Amino acid sequence: MAKVMVVTSGKGGVGKTTSTAALGAALANSGKNVVLVDFDVGLRNLDLVMGAERRVVYDLINVVQGDAKLAQALIRDKRVPTLSLLPASQTRDKDALTDEGVERVIGELREKFDWVICDSPAGIERGATLAMRHADIAIVVTNPEVSSVRDSDRIIGLLDSKTEKAEKGERVQKHLLLTRFDAARAGRGEMLNVDDVLEILSIPLLGIIPESTEVLRASNLGSPVTLNNPASAPARAYFDAAKRLNGEVLEVTIPSDRKSLFGKLFGRRAA
Amino acid sequence: MRFLDFLRRPRTAPVARERLQILLAHERAVSGKSDLIAILQGEIMAVIAKHFPVGEEGIKVKMERGEVVSTLEVEVEIPTPLWQSLPLPPKPVREEPLIGAVSEDACPAEAAETAPTA
Repeated sequence: MAKVMVVTSGKGGVGKTTSTAALGAALANSGKNVVLVDFDVGLRNLDLVMGAERRVVYDLINVVQGDAKLAQALIRDKRVPTLSLLPASQTRDKDALTDEGVERVIGELREKFDWVICDSPAGIERGATLAMRHADIAIVVTNPEVSSVRDSDRIIGLLDSKTEKAEKGERVQKHLLLTRFDAARAGRGEMLNVDDVLEILSIPLLGIIPESTEVLRASNLGSPVTLNNPASAPARAYFDAAKRLNGEVLEVTIPSDRKSLFGKLFGRRAA
Repeated sequence: MRFLDFLRRPRTAPVARERLQILLAHERAVSGKSDLIAILQGEIMAVIAKHFPVGEEGIKVKMERGEVVSTLEVEVEIPTPLWQSLPLPPKPVREEPLIGAVSEDACPAEAAETAPTA
């Protein structure tokens, strides 16, 4: 059975697109058929993070409005054959997305793929509610920082009221993905620790992605961090999260990039 | 002394945590309440509007949260002339056994009175 998963957060810049790309690539690497759908109409970036920006011909709005067939708009990843991307439109307005059109496209994607991962725009407006509308699973991406935690709480409220599942009296499965986490700073009491955020938001933890220069390095190159440097700390954290999504039971750890003494002394390379 | 200042730097995360807990407790109560009230108001109005032409401002729904008991207060205003001009439901309804729901055109106030006696 296909699963529709929304990656959402409320606040912008916390790592939704990075996480969509990294988790999607990790799931596809495990042999699943995965499609990433960019719902950020007007401000699309998933194509850029995936390195597919020059291959976009048709987009989600073209398919929703019936101007293009789904197969024409899907971009097959060149590195992982089971990974596809359905880009958002850069020029159109989010109002061009109709409820019925989105429902039809999500239905078609469910038939073709094992995982349909929807990258939500920031905010709580129509774009964000449409992205979560048909979700079975939601990943709430949160930074250990007050404004992000507050906005995540708001988004959790929307997941419990504005989704198709909620309206049927069912529940969207919610997971917390804590990103840009710095264990050393949390240890010194300078940053909210994992338990603080979990206690406040009270949804189960999917993974902790450590703050890392590897994330920027990967996006510079247009590659999900899980493909660009699979051995790096954030990539390992994303691979573990993907395994949990596939039903594996794994203890949540915070991977770290081991640095040699030489690396520590001279390690400030530009990302 | 800079070095010692660094050691003495206050832990700010507990402050963040406490501020969030207070703020979210408040925000959750407010948003949860207003949503429920809005839904209740809409549904109650739909039922009453079947029988009386009442406007949105004629119905007030209030919820008071207490430690032991919470109360839901529903206030419906119907203009008196309107009430008097309404025909009373035919009396025989009372004599017939009441099975299932009260018929749709029955006056709700009347129905509320007859139901416990049936």
